[in-house]
Amino acid sequence: MSGRLAFRRKGDFVVRLSAAAAFLLVWQIGATLAHSRLLPTFTAVVRAMVRETLSGALPWNLAITLGRVAAAFVVSLVLGGALGIAMGRWRWLDLLLDNAVTVLMNLPALVIIVLIYVWFGLNETAAIAAVALNKLPSTAITLREGARALDPLLDEMALSFRMSRWRVLRHVMMPQLTPYIFAAARSGLALIWKIVLVVELLGRSNGVGFQIQIYFQLFDVTMILAYTLAFILVVQMIEWGVLRPLQLWTTEWRG
Amino acid sequence: MAGVIARLHIESKSYRDAQGAALPVLGRIDLTLGRREIVALVGPSGCGKTTLLRIIGGLDRAFEGTLEWPDGAAPRIGTVFQEPRLLPWRTVRRNLLLAQRTENPRLASDLLRTLDLSAFQDAWPNTLSLGQARRVAIARAFAIEPALILLDEPFVSLDPESAGRGQALLLAAWRARPTAAVLVTHDRAEATALADRILVLGGAPTRVLEEIVVPENARRPSIRDESA
Repeated sequence: MSGRLAFRRKGDFVVRLSAAAAFLLVWQIGATLAHSRLLPTFTAVVRAMVRETLSGALPWNLAITLGRVAAAFVVSLVLGGALGIAMGRWRWLDLLLDNAVTVLMNLPALVIIVLIYVWFGLNETAAIAAVALNKLPSTAITLREGARALDPLLDEMALSFRMSRWRVLRHVMMPQLTPYIFAAARSGLALIWKIVLVVELLGRSNGVGFQIQIYFQLFDVTMILAYTLAFILVVQMIEWGVLRPLQLWTTEWRG
Repeated sequence: MAGVIARLHIESKSYRDAQGAALPVLGRIDLTLGRREIVALVGPSGCGKTTLLRIIGGLDRAFEGTLEWPDGAAPRIGTVFQEPRLLPWRTVRRNLLLAQRTENPRLASDLLRTLDLSAFQDAWPNTLSLGQARRVAIARAFAIEPALILLDEPFVSLDPESAGRGQALLLAAWRARPTAAVLVTHDRAEATALADRILVLGGAPTRVLEEIVVPENARRPSIRDESA
């Protein structure tokens, strides 16, 4: 069962693993040949990563960044999702907010971050709000599409059986919105990682973004890549350990 | 008639076309429904049978006329839609429980047994045949302990064998928990096999062309077969 959960076919795993191995091999050989401070080998980066892990600096900063990512992720998904569903269901709300969402969607992340820091100060809440606000419009737009695609026949069925609002939301609407929620979650996570680092670089004194800024000033590419690698590992763990099993579980009924 | 559950009087019912012009569908129609009476509505497709059913079910309120419930408020109504409209992401059993105001697993199991679906109670709806899915929809309608059941072509596009089986099982469920019922069908044989009274609809706009009371001794032969 768990094998089926992670990989649909056995061969898939082999192909994925070979691709990753080939990339690392090319990196290792290329960096050895280049022999430059600016392009460390894969093994040097792993050594740096282990060193930083043992010293505690990397887990500490990674945990702080992860916390910010999680907070911004939840806020943007819940608020943006609710907003999008409401806009998809009620035309008047869509008319009212459609333009605002489009404007917010196209506002550069940097502008939002700087304005929020200027207006609300260089604090944790402002940092998370700035990240969430960057992700919120695209979540709203994705879920609005989902809400518009809801099956009216099932709506009518629920109405004819006088189902409670909660049951309709939980058992009629949510399963239809699940693919949209996953799409928003995937692209959301990707976007939020990136923006959290910018927010940390501009206005926080800890976190992976702050560390990268320091090592940038020192031109220490090895450390920058060590933090990046740790980051990639965490993202992959979330994708394979959380998102995919969750997605397979919610689509089990498709058989 | 003492045991009347619903009195429907339609003066007219129209839809609007793309230009906003009124397209009359239903003309004058009167229907008085007894408490344990099965009335079949028979007529050509597109004549507004489904519209009439939606009006009785309270899903369409935009018509000229009145719908009265002598008991006061509208009773609990179980609807069997033409497309079964089950929740594909919930098992057969959960589909029944979710329709009930307060979950009643015993009644759900009972109905699944009556409709010969016990083996499928944990199945996903999209693994069922159309005939089986229709039977689940019938079980779901009965699962809310309704006073009135509305059936929209419950056995259309099934092979004669599955349709006959569905009819017999529907009657078995109805006999265990009799309700008023309105059955829409275009199949006169089906109407005769199931109903006490048949209203033949037709004309433009649609009205009742003929009312046939099925003779007592011809009524619901499949029930008599089973009890014999």
